Amino acid sequence: MEVPILKQGQVLIATFQAALSDADLNQLRSALVQQVVRFRSRGVIVDVTAMDVMDSFASRTLREIAHMIRLRGAETVIVGIQPEVAFAMVQLGLTLEGVATALDLEEGLAYLNQKFKTMK
Amino acid sequence: MAKRDESSELLRELVAHLRQNRTQLREEWVGRISETRLLTAMTKEEIFAEATSVYDSYVEALETETFEALQAYARNLSERIIPRGVETHEVVGIVLLLRDVLARSLFAKYQTDFKKLNRILDAYEPAANRIANTVAVGFVQERERVIRQQQEAIRELSTPVLQVRERLLILPIIGVIDPQRARQLTEQLLRGIRTNRAKVVVIDITGVAAMDVTVANHLVQTVEASRLLGATVIVTGLSPEIAQTLVTIGVDLGKMNTVGDLQGGIEQAERLLGYKVMALAEPN
Repeated sequence: MEVPILKQGQVLIATFQAALSDADLNQLRSALVQQVVRFRSRGVIVDVTAMDVMDSFASRTLREIAHMIRLRGAETVIVGIQPEVAFAMVQLGLTLEGVATALDLEEGLAYLNQKFKTMK
Repeated sequence: MAKRDESSELLRELVAHLRQNRTQLREEWVGRISETRLLTAMTKEEIFAEATSVYDSYVEALETETFEALQAYARNLSERIIPRGVETHEVVGIVLLLRDVLARSLFAKYQTDFKKLNRILDAYEPAANRIANTVAVGFVQERERVIRQQQEAIRELSTPVLQVRERLLILPIIGVIDPQRARQLTEQLLRGIRTNRAKVVVIDITGVAAMDVTVANHLVQTVEASRLLGATVIVTGLSPEIAQTLVTIGVDLGKMNTVGDLQGGIEQAERLLGYKVMALAEPN
């Protein structure tokens, strides 16, 4: 299942609908990295609210997305990690180091807007 | 098969004997109970009333060789007497006393026919032991249930997650943290972050004297999990011992945000949230 990518001003928003296959994640990664430059976006939000399991591949892909997008000149925020998922991830050692996280979409947008202001 | 039949026939005879001599044996049993100073928390009348029901359940369990009714009775009895401070040894003691009183009466009845006595005891002893077992286990289970309930209540009380300002939570931890309490703390904190939409959390562990490596690791994991929910954690009030533990397990200090005391932690949290607190006037 493909993940829809929405454009909202300077920000791209990708919302996970349900558990995704590894192929879907790879597809999302290349789509996001292409579109961030095509739309001249300054920020990307990946919303994982619907995910109730986060395995090591998904977690690694999220980190790769964040780092690749930084290299393409934009900021990434992962939003909507569930409390149980967060603790399970930490226990598996998947801490998404160096990646910004926020509680939900609203917080993520607030974080990016703050970032844009300080970058000006 | 024949042996089984014989054994149940003997049990029937035994039950008939115990029913016939109910009043006298019960008296004797109650006498023995007060003699050995068991159940001192209960009045004589209460002991007598309970003894009657225990005696009847006991004989019934012998007769039917089913223990469900007795088990239910034992649980019910435990529920009533545990809050009054009756100890395990007392409950086990009275059941063993009853067993002895009844065995003695069997000796008295069959002392002329030694073979028969032997067979009667063969039938009686396993059943009596099972009854003693059932009652003791029922009592202990009930006690454990009460203890578990109390632990649960203490745990609930001991992990408050408090909001001090918009988007700022504090989590004061006092006392010993065992792995189970640590897990519960984490759960409540992560849930609290979500429901209060917190950005900063101050975990104050001034009241924790020491923690083992497992719990220290758990604390670090809690800090990381909170970050995944978008909240910054500030840990305050680390004792020298805990600092030592954290250094020993090699915590990455870049991830841990620590401040000396709770006041400093709240001040730093306010800075992170953009609050500025100032006195309106000199205190008088």
